[in-house]
Amino acid sequence: LTHGAGGKAMRDLIQDVFVGAFGQPDAAAMEDQARVPLSALARHGDRLAFTTDTYVVDPLFFPGGDIGTLAVAGTVNDLAVSGARPLYLSCGVVLEEGLPVETLRRVAESMRRTAEAAGVRIVTGDTKVVERGSADKLFINTAGIGVIPAGIEISSARARPGDAVIVSGHLGDHGAAILIARKQLALEADIPSDCRPLNGLIDAMLAACPDIRCLRDATRGGVATVLNEFAQDSGVAIRIREETLPLRETVKGACEILGLDPLYLANEGKLVAVVPADAAERVIEAMRAHPDGRDAAVVGCIAERPRGAVILETGFGGERIVDMLVGEQLPRIC
Amino acid sequence: MSAVMQPVAAQAERIRVQGLVQGVGFRPTVWRLARREGLRGWVRNDGDGVDLHVQGDAAAIERFARALRDEMPALARIDRVIRRPAVPEDAGDFRIVDSEGGAARTGVVPDAATCTDCRAEIFDPFARRYRYPFTNCTHCGPRLSIVEAIPYDRAHTTMRGFALCDDCRDEYTSPQDRRFHAQPVACHACGPRARLLRTDGAAMAADMLTMLDDVDAACTLLQRGEIVAIKGLGGYQFACDATRADAVARLRDRKRRPRKPFALMARDLDVIRRHCAVSDDEAALLASPAAPVVLLVADGARRVDDGVAPGLRTLGFMLPNTPLHHLMLRRMDRPIVLTSGNLADEPQCIDDAEVGARLGRIADYVLTHDRPIARRVDDSVARIVDGVPRLLRRARGYAPAPLRLPAGFERAPAVLAYGGELKNTFCLLRAGEAIVSHHVGDLDNPRTQEDYRRALADYEQLFEHRAEWLAVDLHPDYRSSRLGREQAAARGLPLATVQHHHAHVAACLADNEVALAAPPVLGIALDGLGYGDDDALWGGEFLLADYRAARRLGTFKPVALIGGDRAMREPWRNTYAHLMAEMGWARFANDYAELELHRFLAAQSRALIDGMLASGTQAPPASSCGRLFDAVAGAAGICRERTQYEGQAAIEFEALADAGTLADADDTLAYPFAVPRLKSGLPYIEPLAMWQALLGDLILGTPVPVISARFHKGLAKVIVAMVRQLCADGAPAGGVRRVALSGGVFQNRVLHEQVAARLRAAGFDVLAHRQVPANDGGLSLGQAVIAAARALSAAERRGE
Ligand SMILES: [Fe+3]
Ligand SMILES: [Mg+2]
Ligand SMILES: [Zn+2]
Ligand SMILES: [Zn+2]
Repeated sequence: LTHGAGGKAMRDLIQDVFVGAFGQPDAAAMEDQARVPLSALARHGDRLAFTTDTYVVDPLFFPGGDIGTLAVAGTVNDLAVSGARPLYLSCGVVLEEGLPVETLRRVAESMRRTAEAAGVRIVTGDTKVVERGSADKLFINTAGIGVIPAGIEISSARARPGDAVIVSGHLGDHGAAILIARKQLALEADIPSDCRPLNGLIDAMLAACPDIRCLRDATRGGVATVLNEFAQDSGVAIRIREETLPLRETVKGACEILGLDPLYLANEGKLVAVVPADAAERVIEAMRAHPDGRDAAVVGCIAERPRGAVILETGFGGERIVDMLVGEQLPRIC
Repeated sequence: MSAVMQPVAAQAERIRVQGLVQGVGFRPTVWRLARREGLRGWVRNDGDGVDLHVQGDAAAIERFARALRDEMPALARIDRVIRRPAVPEDAGDFRIVDSEGGAARTGVVPDAATCTDCRAEIFDPFARRYRYPFTNCTHCGPRLSIVEAIPYDRAHTTMRGFALCDDCRDEYTSPQDRRFHAQPVACHACGPRARLLRTDGAAMAADMLTMLDDVDAACTLLQRGEIVAIKGLGGYQFACDATRADAVARLRDRKRRPRKPFALMARDLDVIRRHCAVSDDEAALLASPAAPVVLLVADGARRVDDGVAPGLRTLGFMLPNTPLHHLMLRRMDRPIVLTSGNLADEPQCIDDAEVGARLGRIADYVLTHDRPIARRVDDSVARIVDGVPRLLRRARGYAPAPLRLPAGFERAPAVLAYGGELKNTFCLLRAGEAIVSHHVGDLDNPRTQEDYRRALADYEQLFEHRAEWLAVDLHPDYRSSRLGREQAAARGLPLATVQHHHAHVAACLADNEVALAAPPVLGIALDGLGYGDDDALWGGEFLLADYRAARRLGTFKPVALIGGDRAMREPWRNTYAHLMAEMGWARFANDYAELELHRFLAAQSRALIDGMLASGTQAPPASSCGRLFDAVAGAAGICRERTQYEGQAAIEFEALADAGTLADADDTLAYPFAVPRLKSGLPYIEPLAMWQALLGDLILGTPVPVISARFHKGLAKVIVAMVRQLCADGAPAGGVRRVALSGGVFQNRVLHEQVAARLRAAGFDVLAHRQVPANDGGLSLGQAVIAAARALSAAERRGE
């Protein structure tokens, strides 16, 4: 790709790669904006959910996904954890001059497939090519809108003592996969990223329990960060039990050698939920019946004190504080 | 003043006494001594200590002043006596007068072990307090562990629920009685009671009821090999017979503490002497009012079970510190294990409501009582190193006694320093003194962290401290640093951020009362890890330092911490990192293929680890002396795979180098190190030659104790060589003759004594810790004095 081709060349590129990939009539119309009838939205609920996120990842391709999968699934998940039905996405792409068109095509194809799986449509987009060195290969921004059905009130401030804490599956797959791919670390077993849209799983959960209190996809900062946000926003303590945390043996082994705590590793297809205690079993059952929630587990409960704290109960009856990390996991034992 | 001096029959003097003179029975002592000498006048507490007026015969006043120093109460510490001539007053008999309108400095003093008088009383069948487990007087008894608020009087202690009986009230109100104003005074008739219970709530077996009393019955249980939880002074403890392998093993198993040494208590010095050599200094330390756990060399005729302190040659012994312990051990001629009452590394339990749920899993019986514990206060730990008692953990018996600050800090602003992450203490500094909190513990534990927050608020109230400055460690993720940052923002106070190793060195300066204006010293701070000025991880540093600033002049070789904090628990990671940094796998595998160490390392996930090293993933370099110890211990097969408690590898490695082995280890065979320079120009301690010599010794099958001795000596030699190089004429610290030793590594007695002796032989003056620990328990003091020094400099620059 050459920079500043502008005009016709750019139009060709978008036409060729994205419209080709998405192949959807709204986008194909090539207006400057997507037009959505309000009545169509209102059928789904009473509130609009609107979010945006920018995706930069190194490497672009990793076991289990690529930046395209991430860009669609990430934004879909940000909508879905509000209880919203994700409907439309936009997509802005910044390309570094010299990026092979083939790379772009692969990413676009991933986006198409992921959008299809999530049942959302990419309805508007934009592409810019910048000089070599002004960007690292490929950045993608997606924004999304969805509609929240009436009666759903999910919020990080709604956890109450006694509620159950659920995670939807193995922790840390994405973080471990990226780290290993980026640093070219030799690991005997493959760890594929868990990158995927979660709106289907969330639908199943809401069907089992419309009164889900808190819900969040555990992306950067991992489950630890989400739990800390719940604990602080709700003014409660969260107690989790180490032996109940679902963890892939390969991830566990890699974490042990690397000295990483899987609670802080990023996920791109895992969520954390807080539900009323009496609904926990029902929700778990519904999740396990769904392919994206097969390894869902209750990992802890909400307690009253100490407010704002997340406490890990270790195997030997010990306890450890799991706090919010400012940066990376930095050694601190003197 | 002089104008009104008239020749009168009687001389008069106004005497002011400063130091630890409140809440320790000082005024009654003054009263008694003044009356003995036939003096008139009065004594009172005020904001500056004790203020008194005496008049009478000049020789009697002299005798009185001398007696004040010679016969002062056991718990008092006189820093200064200021005597001025005064105008005789129309004074009657000597009397104690009330404090001047609330101005008295709050007298929260440390808890003190039972004094000899009280001890005699509880064993005297004709005394009113025969076998009374809560006997105390102004010279002994609970203080910090029972106080809830100020001023320190009974209504503000956990004794408030016990109304004094007439007999106790008489003692409490009589200046001639040693219980005059002893706030926790009590007796069988009016005070707390001890009870022996089963933790499962079931009734006691009938044969227990035939014992003298419940406390005596607990002794019988111990003799039968049972584990008994005991409500001690500052928290619940677990006790069992230390000579019974079954009991010790059961306690380790139930408490989930596989290897960390247990503290011991014995009835008297004679029992301790059967197990350990006890020097006069050690005996004095054991029997002091603080009654700390003292680390002693275990070379007596009798042995406790090996499970008490596995892999060590020292035992931590203490003497009974309360009447309850004295009475319980009366019939016990063997040592007992006495360890903190909770699971694993949690803080000890102080809440009676938790006994069943938390202690019941470990102990079948509990000897408890109904005097609540106001705050958790652990046992203090001390060791005589280089001939001087040094605290390794400062808590019961020492905290919260203020440390007198050296010259230059008289006008210091009020500073609150938050301390470190592990072995946390915090520190309240104000004009001329620093109050270092009792040992709080490791802040990664939620209960400890809750305690920490509570204790911070609590101390600020008890000492009426209103901080003008806050101080924290430079490490962004220490829980203490975060709390300090939050509170600085919330309270709108300036925050001083202090580099870890500078704080260590400054703590050592303050501990040794080095004046604020004194020239810089060469500080050697050796520990596990601290956050450096350059955002790297430090842990073996040579600093040109005073209270205000520190300049890094030398260091240890930066070597990767494979897996970050994991490297702290698995010494082999450090062995591997060192060998890869020094020689690489190919050479190691080629030259040392026959070593068992080679087979061990070859079996690890080398591909992944080499990738981490090559890419710097989770393998940050650290110039850590503690990790060098781990690397060497791991190579020698000590705790190679994993440690069960902090510093275990280094502690067990040190234990191997006994006095005999050390004396035999030829100095010329001490392992060699070099002192080249890093790319930045900084000189560093390079261990390549040491590794070659050590691996050679492993091939020769040299005994590990000899390896340990050679390593310790070699390390001491190179540390001194580094100091000489840095302090040579024209070098950055040219002319500096004073060296301060700090950091947890200096708790290693062998290294400490080797370094100190060699430095002195080279003409250096050596400062080391005494009153606060060399480990991170001393950090808060260092942070506080650094913040104060900076604030004073800033004020000076502004011309204040
Ligand atoms: Fe340290
Ligand atoms: Mg997002
Ligand atoms: Zn006494
Ligand atoms: Zn009484």
